[in-house]
Amino acid sequence: MATILKTENLNKVYRLGSLTRSKHIQALNNVNLNIESDVPVIISVVGESGSGKTTLAKTLLRLVEPSSGKVTVYDQLVAGKGVHPPKTQFLATVQPIFQNPFEAFSRYRTVDSYLYETATRVAGLSKTDAIASMENALTSVGLEYKDVQGKYSNQFSGGELQRVSIARALIPHPSLIVADEPVSMIDASRRMIIINLFLKLKEDFKRSFLYITHDLATAYYISDYIAVMNKGVVVEFGNAKEVMSNPQHSYTRLLLDSIPTTKQKWARTKPIITANLTA
Amino acid sequence: MIRLNNVVASYKTERGTVNAVDGVNLEIPDGCILGIAGESGCGKSTLMKVIYGDIGFPLSLASGSVDYGFTDDQGNKVTSKNIQKQWFKRISYVPQSSMSSLNPVIRIRKQFLDFESSSKTKAQTLQEVKSYVKKLGLPEESIESFPHQLSGGMRQRIMIAMATFFQPEIILADEPTTALDVVVQKSILLLLMELQEQMGNTIILVSHDMGVHYQATHKMLIMYAAKAVEYADSPDLFTRPLHPYTRMLINSLPTIGDDRAREGIPGRPPSLWNKLEGCRFADRCPLATERCRTEEPAFIEHRPGHFAACHYADSQANLSEVV
Repeated sequence: MATILKTENLNKVYRLGSLTRSKHIQALNNVNLNIESDVPVIISVVGESGSGKTTLAKTLLRLVEPSSGKVTVYDQLVAGKGVHPPKTQFLATVQPIFQNPFEAFSRYRTVDSYLYETATRVAGLSKTDAIASMENALTSVGLEYKDVQGKYSNQFSGGELQRVSIARALIPHPSLIVADEPVSMIDASRRMIIINLFLKLKEDFKRSFLYITHDLATAYYISDYIAVMNKGVVVEFGNAKEVMSNPQHSYTRLLLDSIPTTKQKWARTKPIITANLTA
Repeated sequence: MIRLNNVVASYKTERGTVNAVDGVNLEIPDGCILGIAGESGCGKSTLMKVIYGDIGFPLSLASGSVDYGFTDDQGNKVTSKNIQKQWFKRISYVPQSSMSSLNPVIRIRKQFLDFESSSKTKAQTLQEVKSYVKKLGLPEESIESFPHQLSGGMRQRIMIAMATFFQPEIILADEPTTALDVVVQKSILLLLMELQEQMGNTIILVSHDMGVHYQATHKMLIMYAAKAVEYADSPDLFTRPLHPYTRMLINSLPTIGDDRAREGIPGRPPSLWNKLEGCRFADRCPLATERCRTEEPAFIEHRPGHFAACHYADSQANLSEVV
């Protein structure tokens, strides 16, 4: 059985302020996750803003060095003190998808140049092979190369551009794709297209995903495993359907209660406004 | 009652003019929360600008008018021409991004006093602001801080406090919770709902999240490609929608505990630059026929208080309940 993702005593402390008056923020507090599986999985990390979920993603992507602890992805040590995996090998293992595709792609470069460079530099393909792999990757996300070629990011809708960025991440055949809030900038009616695409890529192309979100409904829909984070601590971890249908931790219950569903109205017990305003 | 009479709002650009809101007729009763939903670019924010009276280049009101149903101090009827004088007092606006709406280098206390009244001293107004902010569940000290010292949820609550301080008749909230996470979103929405119940004013809430609308609104307007396509009481709209687009919007949301596959709405809305014929949703609609592509459906009342613009609003496929 392969170790898809393993974090051991992962800690990250950010220091704010000046040399003399500094404040420490524990963004990750002893995060221990271990997911072993023979088949690809989708792991969701949920929590509110400031819960440390993006720091976890950045640590995996080597954008942030952990204060202590280490991370293993597909039996390969990727992050930790003194861990320096070869860069191209690392990028062929873990690839990112970011929240806002309009920030991920420069406005002054055509988007296909990003795909081309990923193909030639990261995947190490020749020019002709690079074009072929770009075509394959774009087809697998439901786009065509000729629709993307020579276009700039402002010529796409948010959903389309996010699919281009998924295609880019697919080119080096990574084992794990880290998607940090990939649908929060996308119109609600088209979110499910991206979400269903993740499911399809998992089934057809055997890619695992780490899906970072605060939207529990989509997390429930696609995940095999779910980790609920609060203030840097993983408060609940397990099979997604089990955690969501039978939450053990009070924080998970709070998150579940806060989802605006179209089935049941919120119970309104305690008024927020303390006094009579019109009086 | 706010009445929109055939509102056409257009943007002037280098390529010519484009109608972002194209002929919307609507009557919004007093004392309700109206939700406006639709995809990005469907004209919901432009409609909000028109209702707020914030019409300036490149936006212009090409035809139609907005009637607010109240008169100003001189007894003149208030329309979109002179609503600007009533800003904050009788109509106010809660923007999406509180960080870019508050001045980052001025304390919140001072930003509150920006709209002080002439009859009271600064100290009196400040005291009122403090007690008002406290009533909304914020600490009094929060108005002494700079915007960056507060969390996103607190800043948004400050914005709501500013918008409601004079208890205006109309409050416009354009995606007030989009940048916030679910826990804070719930508290902000509950705050708006409670304020509305206590003040009895009209809130117009724009969001593309149908879950938010289900929780907060009394009436719903669905917009598609610059047109109003459905308008009804929320409970009715969520259980028995008449427009296929509304049904697809509701069904595109996954629900916890429901393992059925969900589909996003494929395709994209037509470009408003093109000459548009027939129903604008026809290309993405499962019920579309030849008639839909040539003849534009009228926005008519199919059931009491339930308007929709669809040729097949009463067809069998449309009458089943939403699951």
